[in-house]
Amino acid sequence: MGRTVAQARAGLISARSGWSAAALLPLAFLGLFFAWPVLAIVSLGLREGGVVVALVSGETWELVGFTLGQAAASTLVAVVAGLPVAFVLARCRLRGLGVIRAAVMVPFVLPTVVVGLAFRTFWPDGGVLPIVLANAFFNVAVVARTVGGLWAHTDRRAEDAARALGASRPRAFLSVVLPALAPAIGSAAAVVFLFCATSFGVVLVLGGSRYRTLETEIYLRTVELFDLSGAAALSLLQFTAVLAVLVLGGVARRRRETALSLRGREELARRPSGGEWYVVFAAFAVVAALLTPVVGLITRSLSTRDGWSFAGYAALATRGDRGTLAVTGLDAAVNSVRTAFDATVVALVVGVFSAVVLIGLRRSGGRIAEVLDTALMLPLGVSAVTVGFGYLVTMDALPGDFRTSPLLVPLAQALVVTPLIVRMVLPVLRAVDERLRQAAATLGASPLRVWREVDLPLAGRSLAAAAGFGYVVALGEFGATSFLARPDAPTLPVVIARLMSRPGELNSQMAYAACALLMVVTVGCVLLIERLRVPSSGEF
Amino acid sequence: MALELDSITVRYGQTAAVSDVSLSVADGEIVALLGPSGCGKSTLLRTIAGLEKPSSGAVRWDSADLDGVPVHRREFGLVFQDGQLFPHRSVAGNVAFGLRMRAVDREERDKRVLSLLELVGLEGYADRRVTQLSGGEQQRVALARALAPSPRLLLLDEPLSALDRALREQLAVDLARLLREAATTALVVTHDHDEAFTLADRVAIMSRGRIVQVGPPAEVWSSPVDVETAKFLGCNKFVPGSFVGLDSGRVGLRATALRVDPSGPLEGIVLERVHRRDHVRLLVEIDGEEYEAVGPMTEVGDRVRLEIDLDGVARIG
Repeated sequence: MGRTVAQARAGLISARSGWSAAALLPLAFLGLFFAWPVLAIVSLGLREGGVVVALVSGETWELVGFTLGQAAASTLVAVVAGLPVAFVLARCRLRGLGVIRAAVMVPFVLPTVVVGLAFRTFWPDGGVLPIVLANAFFNVAVVARTVGGLWAHTDRRAEDAARALGASRPRAFLSVVLPALAPAIGSAAAVVFLFCATSFGVVLVLGGSRYRTLETEIYLRTVELFDLSGAAALSLLQFTAVLAVLVLGGVARRRRETALSLRGREELARRPSGGEWYVVFAAFAVVAALLTPVVGLITRSLSTRDGWSFAGYAALATRGDRGTLAVTGLDAAVNSVRTAFDATVVALVVGVFSAVVLIGLRRSGGRIAEVLDTALMLPLGVSAVTVGFGYLVTMDALPGDFRTSPLLVPLAQALVVTPLIVRMVLPVLRAVDERLRQAAATLGASPLRVWREVDLPLAGRSLAAAAGFGYVVALGEFGATSFLARPDAPTLPVVIARLMSRPGELNSQMAYAACALLMVVTVGCVLLIERLRVPSSGEF
Repeated sequence: MALELDSITVRYGQTAAVSDVSLSVADGEIVALLGPSGCGKSTLLRTIAGLEKPSSGAVRWDSADLDGVPVHRREFGLVFQDGQLFPHRSVAGNVAFGLRMRAVDREERDKRVLSLLELVGLEGYADRRVTQLSGGEQQRVALARALAPSPRLLLLDEPLSALDRALREQLAVDLARLLREAATTALVVTHDHDEAFTLADRVAIMSRGRIVQVGPPAEVWSSPVDVETAKFLGCNKFVPGSFVGLDSGRVGLRATALRVDPSGPLEGIVLERVHRRDHVRLLVEIDGEEYEAVGPMTEVGDRVRLEIDLDGVARIG
C-alpha cells in the first residue's frame, strides 16, 4: 500500500502549518501590545486631520533632514571607530583583551539618560556635535561585535595570497579583507542607523528644543503641545522610514548569515606586528574615548561646589530638593529593579519562543518566517513615545483597566528588549547542528526532550547572557517608561530626568549620583555577561 | 523479514532522490548500501530512520507499517559520519543517553555503559570529555551510544569515511567483529567498497536513486550487473571474454587482472609507473591498447610479459 504524493505533501505542509500556528503566538503578542497601540495613535491623528498639513510643511522636512543627517553622521563615526576595535577583538592576542571586550560593551547598555547627562558634563549646552558623538558612543559595540564576529572567521590566507601576488598591506585590506567583511559592516550599519535615527533620551537631553529629531518632536508635540495629528503624521513618516531600513537591513542580514555559514574555522589570534600596532593604538584610543564620559560622570557625581562629597548619594534617600519627587530615590531604585525583572521574564519567554519558532519555520521553508522576523524587529524602530502614548489610549479596553496594572511598564519594556534577545539567541540556536538533534531523536528523545537535552544545555550560557543583557536594557529604558510610569512608581531613569528638569544644586547632585549608581549596576551586569558569553556568537 | 522497504520513492520537488526502492533486511543480517555520493543512499537511510518522509512506498518492521511512527519511537540506532556526540556530555553521558530516554535505572545503566565501552575498546574512557577524543575514538563512542539501548536496527551513515585510511581499515575490521558479536541487524551506507565488502552479509548497489543489484559480496564483486557498476567496483577496462580465456560475453578488468610475469601469455610495453602503498601499478600498452597492470618494479619503456589473474576479472551481467 503506497502512500500517495499528495499525502506526503500534506505531511510536509502539516509540519509547516504547525510552526506557522506557533508563530501566531508571538505575532498575537506583538499585535496586542505593539501594533494596536501604535495604530490607535496613528488613527487618532488621522481622524483629527492635519496630517497632510504636517506632511507638506517645510518644518517637517527639515526635521526629517536633521534626523537622517545626524543618524548618518553617527553611523559613520560608529563604523570608523568600531573597525579598529573589531580587528583587535578578532585577530589580536593581547593582554587585557577581556577588559577591552567589556569596556566596548558598556556604552551600548548604558541608559540613554545617563549618557546624555555624561555628555553634558563636557558640553553643558548640548549641540549637534555631542548628539552625534553620543549616538556613536552607544553603537561602537554593535559594529565591533558584528564585524569582529565575521572577521575572526575570515580566512587569513586570502589576505596572504593577495600579499604574495604583490598587493601592499593597505591594498590587500581594501581589495580582499574589506569586501569579505562588507556584509557584516552593512548589517551593523543598518542596525546602528536605525538606533541613531530613533534615539530619544540622548537627543532630548542634549538637543532640548533647539535640535529636534522626529522622535523628540513626536514627544514634544504629544506631551507639551497636544498636537496629536502632527505627532501622528510624524509617527507615520518615521514608521515608513524604519520599515525601509529594516527591509534593507534584512537583505544585508541574510547575506551576512550566508557569509557566516560559509565561514571557516576560527582563525588563531596572534600578536600584532608592524603596522598593525597603529590599528591597536587606534582601538585603544577609541576605548579610552568611550570610557571618558563614564569617568566624567562619576567625577561629577562626587564633586560639589564645596569640594568632594557624597551629598548626592546621601540625598538618594530623600525626595529631592523641595519634594521634586513623589517617592525617594531608593524607592525608585527598588521599583526599577523589580520592573526590569518582570520585563526580562516576559521578553525571555516571548523572545526564546520566537527564536525557536523562527528556526522551525526556516527549516520547513515557510514564508511566514520573514514576516515574523521583521515584525520582531519593528518595536526597535518605532518611537517608544508613540508606543507609550498608544498604551494609554488602548489599554483601558483590556479587562480590568490595564492602564493601572503594575504590568504595564514591564510589558512596554519587554517590547524593547525582545528583539535584542531574539537577535542574541537565534544565531546560537541555529548553530546547533541539526544532526545532533536527530541523534538524540533516534536514541528515543521526544521533540520536547530534545530541546531540553540538546538545545538548552548548548545555548544555556547564551540564554543567561541574553537575559542579563535584556535586564540591563530594561533597567535603562526611558522613552516608553517616562510616559507610562505612574508618579508614585517611577524608575531611576525617569527620576533622573525629572531631577535634571528642576533647579537646585541638590537635585542635579542627586541626578548625577543616581546615574553613577545605575551605571555601576549596568557595568556589573555586563562584566557578568561577558563571563557567560560564548565567544563571537550573537549580534550585539 | 525484519526490515522491509516497499517501493520507496523520495522526491524533493521535481527530482527524485530515491526511486522505487524495495529491499529487505533479515533479523541479524548486515546489509551495505553501496554507491557513489549523490546516489540517494543517505536519503534512503534517513527515510528508514524517520527523518525524511517517503513520497510513496512504505517502510515496514516485522510487517507493521512505520508511517506515522516518529523518529524517537522507532527504536532504530543511527551513527553519523562524524559522530555527532553531545559536546556537553562526557563519554559515559553520551553512551547513557538512549538508556536515560528509556528510563533504565541508574545501576543497570552504569553497568551497560561500562560493558559497551569495553566492547568498543574504550575501557577507562567513561569520564573523558568527548571533545578530547580523536576521530576514531569519537566514532567508537558514537557506535557505543547507538548500541546501548539495544536498537532493533542499527543504521550507519558512512561511519568510517571521516577517518584517515589506516584507521578506517582497522576500524572496518573491528566494526565487523563488533556487529557480529552483538548480533545486530544493521544497514550500512557507504561509498567505499572495501568498507561494504568487509562489513556486509549482502551488498546492495545504488545508482541514481535506484538499487541496481543486490547479492552476497563475492557475487557482486565477481559479476557486477552492468558496466557502470563494474566501473564503480574498480574495473577500468572492458574487453571480450576471449581476451582472458573465458567464453562469456564481456568482462571488466581491474588492475590486478594483469600481473607482470616472465611466463605470461601477453606482451606489452610499460608506459607509466605509479607507486601505491603496497604495490606498483603500471600502465602497459598491449597491441595498441592501454591496460593497467600490477607488477614488480620495471622501468618505463621496458618490454614485459603479463599473466592473467582471474580474481581481478569481473563478468558483466
